[in-house]
Amino acid sequence: MPNRREFLNTLMRGGILAALGMLSGALVFRSRDKNSCSYGFDCSRCSKSESCSLPAAIEARQTVWQLDPAKCIQCGRCATNCVMSPSAVKCTHAFAMCGYCDLCGGYFKPGTKALDTAAEHMLCPTNALRRKFIEDPFFEYTIAEELCIGCGKCVKGCSAFGNGSLQLQVHHDRCKNCNECSIARNCPSQAFSRVPANKPSLLKTFGNESPAKVPQKGGVNA
Amino acid sequence: MLTASATLLSTMAMAIQRFPKPEFESAYTQPQTQIPLPRGEFLAYLDVFVLFASLCLITWLVLKKRSRFWVFFMSLFSLAYFGFYREGCICSIGAIQNVSLALFDHSFVIPLSVIAFFLLPLVFTLFYGRTFCAGVCPFGAFQDLFAFKPQALGSRLNTVLGIIPYLYLGLAVLFAATGTDFIICRYDPFVGIFRFNASFGMFLFAGILLLSGVFIARPYCRFLCPYGVLLNWTSRFSRKHLSITPKECIQCRLCEHSCPYDAIDVPVTTKSPETRPAMVKKMMMLTILVPFLVLIFGYTGSRLQETFAGVDSRVKLAKEVLALSKMQDAGNKMQDDSYEIKAFKASGKTESQVYSEASAVLKKFYVGGWLFGGFIGLAIALMTGGRMLPVYRTDYVTNKGRCFSCARCTDYCPVKS
Repeated sequence: MPNRREFLNTLMRGGILAALGMLSGALVFRSRDKNSCSYGFDCSRCSKSESCSLPAAIEARQTVWQLDPAKCIQCGRCATNCVMSPSAVKCTHAFAMCGYCDLCGGYFKPGTKALDTAAEHMLCPTNALRRKFIEDPFFEYTIAEELCIGCGKCVKGCSAFGNGSLQLQVHHDRCKNCNECSIARNCPSQAFSRVPANKPSLLKTFGNESPAKVPQKGGVNA
Repeated sequence: MLTASATLLSTMAMAIQRFPKPEFESAYTQPQTQIPLPRGEFLAYLDVFVLFASLCLITWLVLKKRSRFWVFFMSLFSLAYFGFYREGCICSIGAIQNVSLALFDHSFVIPLSVIAFFLLPLVFTLFYGRTFCAGVCPFGAFQDLFAFKPQALGSRLNTVLGIIPYLYLGLAVLFAATGTDFIICRYDPFVGIFRFNASFGMFLFAGILLLSGVFIARPYCRFLCPYGVLLNWTSRFSRKHLSITPKECIQCRLCEHSCPYDAIDVPVTTKSPETRPAMVKKMMMLTILVPFLVLIFGYTGSRLQETFAGVDSRVKLAKEVLALSKMQDAGNKMQDDSYEIKAFKASGKTESQVYSEASAVLKKFYVGGWLFGGFIGLAIALMTGGRMLPVYRTDYVTNKGRCFSCARCTDYCPVKS
């Protein structure tokens, strides 16, 4: 070694390198408690790896934000707190749960007498919730996604007076997957959590269909 | 006719099948509910690969090719890829928060790509200097574009303003480790420009930084960036840092004003007139100053536990619940419940659970406050001590900690390799 200064520098460099190595080891291996997984975290041998929620098992998988409709109280902050405008949270319709009612709790304002498409009778402020007559007395309700701002007014009405088929969900073609979700931070009922990217929906059902059967549209969104 | 009821509307959305599933007589088929898929998972690993490749390329451009021209174009590429294409997120600066939270909260999952984004620039800097800052970090690239009329700030101002990144780093680690907030992400000035979508405050902050960046080059990098603190420390021990001259310095003075960031250390050839007693006195002062500042700032930090903890949502909820129960005890008329209170009432948690959660958070901020304060005290003490050390230098050298390896100075040096 040429001189003392270089020797000390090399020593410090080695020390910092060792510290970084220990840090990354701690981060990668901290939750590998052998008792919590019967396959020793060899996911190739386990059939439930897709749904496994152990931190170590989903460590390598990417996660995205999603909101749990069971906890949501429709406060309206999803529309105002998202860094994107309009919000990445939109109303999603679980058609399998819908009652197809003429007097839809999520479509019409409470106390409406005339059931027409006049704006003053609708809960939705942007005319994103549309209805189409199917057969007597059933109407199909769909959401025009590009208009929905995620205010939750229709969700509130549907859960109060209907089946709860209209639910707020984070739409991942718009969500930026921020490190810290601004909506999550301000949600009064802590309804936001990170879910694995290959199961990005938390849509509620009546229990006779699993959420995993909800088909996912589109391909990879780069 | 639907009648609205205040209590009904405040319940959480529950899946009660009030109306049966219809049986359609016509040929209507129910549409499928669709949720859009998020970004493909493998693309996160592509980002890591691009980061690694960019770091290799920029290091070669800075240390071997020594060309400002190529470093500039590399930084444009990084601005385009990591800035506008990836919209500034995932980033190495924010990765500090993920690492802090992952160390203290075992239920928090930190993806391997985030660990890579945290470690790779540090490891490269440990061997080759701050080449990450030169041409890979999109923030640095953005600010570099605006450095038209850089002014020299003087060493005292540079040192004093240099405390701010330590404050930012300390607060970021403190708030991330307690699971309160990711302040680096929240106060990120440039991500709004990358997304073409931001609040007015964010745009204003970015505008101020970029405009002041015309005269005070790279303001975020020098006086705000928390990751820059870590890069500064690792760069000081780098094996091969960018040097102004490729061989030896001939003291021609041509590079003296070439650095927009005050990162060139000029020769100081008059040996310091310090006598041994004077040096011993300085040493003694430092021995007292360091622990004194650590303790004073640490104590102040711990006393700020309520101020810091007040930002946490669990503590805020506890304060609201406490105020509500006091009002109920006093028999006062109740105002409209806030959403937090409504959600709390519907969640089934007891008051004592809320209070114990909040006091656990407060305890974390007590310990964290001591550590944060001590860290700041140590940083200030060592910075002050560093300025007291005698300096003797014959050559023009880059300050290994503060130099961003932008390679501007290499164009000024007449020595050929």
